[in-house]
Amino acid sequence: MDPILRTQSLEAFYGDAQALFGIDFELFAEELVAIIGANGAGKSTFLKCLTGLIKVPRRAIHWKGQAMGGLPTGDIVKSGLTMVPEGRRLFPSLTVEENLMMGANAQRKGAWNLARIYKLFPILKEKRALPSTSLSGGQQQMIAIGRALMSNPDVLLCDELSLGLAPIVIKEIYSAMPEITSEGMTVVIVEQDVAMAKLVSKRLYCFQEGRVSLQGDSHNLTNQEISHAYFGV
Amino acid sequence: METLIQGILLGGLYGLFALGLSLMFGVMRLTNTAHGDFIILGSFASLALVSSGLSPLQTLLVTLPLAWVLGYGLQRYVLNGTLGKDPLPSLVVTFGLSIVTQNFLLEIFSADPRAIESDGFNTLGFAISESISIGLLPMLILVLALLATFFLQWFFKNTHMGRAFRAVSDDPEIAELMGLNARQVYASATGLAFVLISISGTLQGMRTTVSPSDGPLLLLFAFESVIIGGMGSFWGTLAGAMLLGVAQQIGFRWDSGWGIWCGHMMFLIILIVRPQGLFPKTRD
Repeated sequence: MDPILRTQSLEAFYGDAQALFGIDFELFAEELVAIIGANGAGKSTFLKCLTGLIKVPRRAIHWKGQAMGGLPTGDIVKSGLTMVPEGRRLFPSLTVEENLMMGANAQRKGAWNLARIYKLFPILKEKRALPSTSLSGGQQQMIAIGRALMSNPDVLLCDELSLGLAPIVIKEIYSAMPEITSEGMTVVIVEQDVAMAKLVSKRLYCFQEGRVSLQGDSHNLTNQEISHAYFGV
Repeated sequence: METLIQGILLGGLYGLFALGLSLMFGVMRLTNTAHGDFIILGSFASLALVSSGLSPLQTLLVTLPLAWVLGYGLQRYVLNGTLGKDPLPSLVVTFGLSIVTQNFLLEIFSADPRAIESDGFNTLGFAISESISIGLLPMLILVLALLATFFLQWFFKNTHMGRAFRAVSDDPEIAELMGLNARQVYASATGLAFVLISISGTLQGMRTTVSPSDGPLLLLFAFESVIIGGMGSFWGTLAGAMLLGVAQQIGFRWDSGWGIWCGHMMFLIILIVRPQGLFPKTRD
C-alpha cells in the first residue's frame, strides 16, 4: 500500500537558519502516528511544512501520490490536510461558533458538521455565542480541534494538544480521539508528553535537532530507546 | 445649540471620510496615507461626469463600481506586496500614491477649486426654529454616515465576508489554514473602503469646492477621527468624527481662523488624556 503522505529528505529553513535536516516520513491511511521530541526538535516546523505555512521544494512532500511541497495553504487544506495549530490560535474577535464555522470554509463534504462537533464537545454548544477567548484553555483546545474537523480532512495534524493544560484536561481532550478516528480519519499528533503519545499512537517518530532519531511501533519501543532518541544521551 | 448641531452635521461628513480608513486599518493594519487624495479623486470623477450631463447621484452609479475595482486591484497588485511586520513599506508606497494622485489631478483639472453642480440642492434647508436652520445636504450626509456605520457594523458581525475580515485581521496565517485567501480578503476590504471613499468624495464636492491639493487635510481629519474614536470600532470612529466636528465648530464660532486649530487641540488633548481613544476595540 502506498502512503497517503510521504516526505523525502525534507529540509526547512527560517531565513538562513536550517531547522530540518532531511526528514523521511511516511503516513498510511487510517493510522494514528505520533511525533515526539524536545523543544526545538523541529516538530512544529515539520507540520508547518506539510500545511504550506513554510515553503519547501515541490518534490519534498508527496500527498496522495502527487508532489505538493510549498503549495498555498488554502489549496492544501481544500485537498484534505489540515492542522490544529500549536497554542490553539483561535480568532479572538470571533465567537465560539464563528470560529467553528471558519473551518467550514474549505467546503469539503463529510461526516463533520456543527451538530456533530457539539455532540463530541457538548460544552461548546452551551458556550457557542461567547467570545472564543473567554473559555478555559481546555475548552479553547476543543474549539481548535472542532474548527479543524469542520473542514472534514482526510488527515488531521495536531500540534501539542496538551500544551499548557492540566493532566486531567489533557485526558479529557484525548478521550475524544477514538470518536475522531472512528470513521477512518488519519491523525498525526505532535506531543512532548511521551507517555500519552505512546499510549494513543500506533507508530511513533522521535525528532531530535531537525532529524528523525527513532521510529517504530509505539508499543515495541522501550523507554530506554525513546529517552536515548529524545535527549540524545 | 446651533454650534452643536452644525458640529454634528460636520462630524457626519468626517465620519464618512474616516470609515474607509478605519476599515483598512482594522482589517490589515494598513494606514493609507493617500486616503484623502483618493477622496478628492472621487470628487473630481463625479465632477467630470456631472459636466457631461449626469446628476450628482447618477454619477455614483458609475463611480462606485469603478471605485470598488480600483480598490480591489490596488490592494491585490500593489498594496498586498507592502504588508508585513514592518509598517514602513506601506506608508512609503501610499505616500507615493498620494503624490501621484495629486499631480495627476493637477495635470487634468488644474489647481482651481471647483464644486460639483447640483442645481442648488446644496443651498436647500429647513428651519427647525426661528434662529436655526439645517441644510438638506448636510442632513443627507449625516444620515448616510449613520447608515454606513450601521451597515459596516452589521456586515462585520453577520456576513460570511465580515467574519472573514475579522479572521484575517486576527491571524492571517490561521485564516489561510481555514482555506481563506488572505490576499483576496484584503482586496475585498480595500474595495469596500474605496466605495466609501467615492461616496464621501462626491458629497465633499457637492458641499464645498475641492482642489487637487485638498487631500492631506481630509486625511488628517479622517485620521484624527479614527484615533479619537479608538482603533477598530466603527461606532467609535463615527463618535470621534462627531467630536472633531463639534470642536471645530466651536472654534469657528470664536473666529473663522480657529476652527481647524480647535479640532487639532481636541485631538491632542484626547491623545494625552486617553491615548487608546474613546472606544478602543483593538486586540493584539
